[in-house]
Amino acid sequence: MTELKTPLGDEILSLRAGDRVSLSGTIYTARDEAHMRMMEEGIPFNPEGAVIYHCGPVVKDSKIVAAGPTTSARMNDLSGFLIDAGVRGLIGKGGMGENLLNQIRGRAVYLAFTGGCAALAASRMTLKGVYFEDLGMAEAVWEISVENLPLTVGMDSAGGDLYQKVRDNARDNYERMF
Amino acid sequence: MLIENISRATEKAIREAEIHLPGDFMRALEKTIAKETSPVAKAEYENILENIIQAGRLEVPICQDTGLHIFFVTLPPEIPLTSEIYEGIYEGVRRANKSVPLRPNAVDPITRKNSGDNTGVNVPAVHIRPGEKFTITAMPKGGGSENMSRLAMFLPSETGRIKSFVVETMLIAGGRPCPPVVLGVGIGSTFDGVCSLAKEALLEPVDSMDEFEQEICDAVNELGIGPMGLGGDTTCIAVKVKKGHCHTASLPVAVNVQCWACRHATVEVEVPCND
Repeated sequence: MTELKTPLGDEILSLRAGDRVSLSGTIYTARDEAHMRMMEEGIPFNPEGAVIYHCGPVVKDSKIVAAGPTTSARMNDLSGFLIDAGVRGLIGKGGMGENLLNQIRGRAVYLAFTGGCAALAASRMTLKGVYFEDLGMAEAVWEISVENLPLTVGMDSAGGDLYQKVRDNARDNYERMF
Repeated sequence: MLIENISRATEKAIREAEIHLPGDFMRALEKTIAKETSPVAKAEYENILENIIQAGRLEVPICQDTGLHIFFVTLPPEIPLTSEIYEGIYEGVRRANKSVPLRPNAVDPITRKNSGDNTGVNVPAVHIRPGEKFTITAMPKGGGSENMSRLAMFLPSETGRIKSFVVETMLIAGGRPCPPVVLGVGIGSTFDGVCSLAKEALLEPVDSMDEFEQEICDAVNELGIGPMGLGGDTTCIAVKVKKGHCHTASLPVAVNVQCWACRHATVEVEVPCND
């Protein structure tokens, strides 16, 4: 398992789809509305080597209660400007589209976190700050410190896409069976 | 007094369902993990198991999608079916919102306005049957897997298509319903009834399957979708089939997809003495 620490640098370029990583450091949650706000008003944190987490956490008394990943595909067309600004990692569930795969080529990596694992995530997270709090709990950008978040490389910077590979394989298997 | 007991039992059943997975599911999951060969899938299972442990330790919901609520109630002969039963259950849901806590998931279907407390028009759904004891089964159902569920009205001559329909449902779904899944399959009944059968099938023990169920399960697993769509030996932990007699001209089939957070819990309601 590869240990990663934020801010991420060129070490992510050698990661390949299917590799396991353990991530420590700072991550920023962002869903649809946060992406649109950042496009309009600018990115409120230093994007150089930053990691974005597709997540709408449950926060209570300045603590993260539950923080599983949300479906990344919703951010397919909203992520290019972040990669252009220097973001090196996206964390989420289910993978992203071909467009994003091209945008991260040679620059960034998509990391899969296990869907539904809200309690596991919360147990390794400390809340550091918040931007765009007016968007509401799920849509705000939360600055979170993580320790050893266990992730799988879903899409790599060399064009590798584990999800697409599995989908193609499943289609072949289905056609062979029926 | 009875209404208070119903509320209390409802709140308890929701809490239990949200935080702890049923024993039969845990046994089935352990069997699945033991035979997994893909390293990526094994790592996903490690996360899932660690998550289940942390949810119990921290007493927080297993998943942040705490679901839309469905209840199955059994009523003994001495308890009359009154509106109090519905009122008690609704009140239990409202209390569980704060005490568990739950995410408010119930919205108007058109305006999308959130009711704020997981109740609303025809929600939660309450199914009442006669039984020996007064019990309430809570079944919170996540949106991601519910959205991948399908219904087909086949011709009576097309019984041979049932298996491919179920497998195709998972081919289309891929990693989106958070596999490894449990599939509830309804066969027969009517357009409305078959979906109910598929849902109720998910309440059957998942640590055993009959020959037909096993055959469909094996076929789904041959797709190789694996946990979270990242590939692996197991996409489906169990298939559970529930049948109903249908019209001679019909063959309805429904597949209700259930994510790995296969949640439900039953609590007995204390019945106050009237003497």
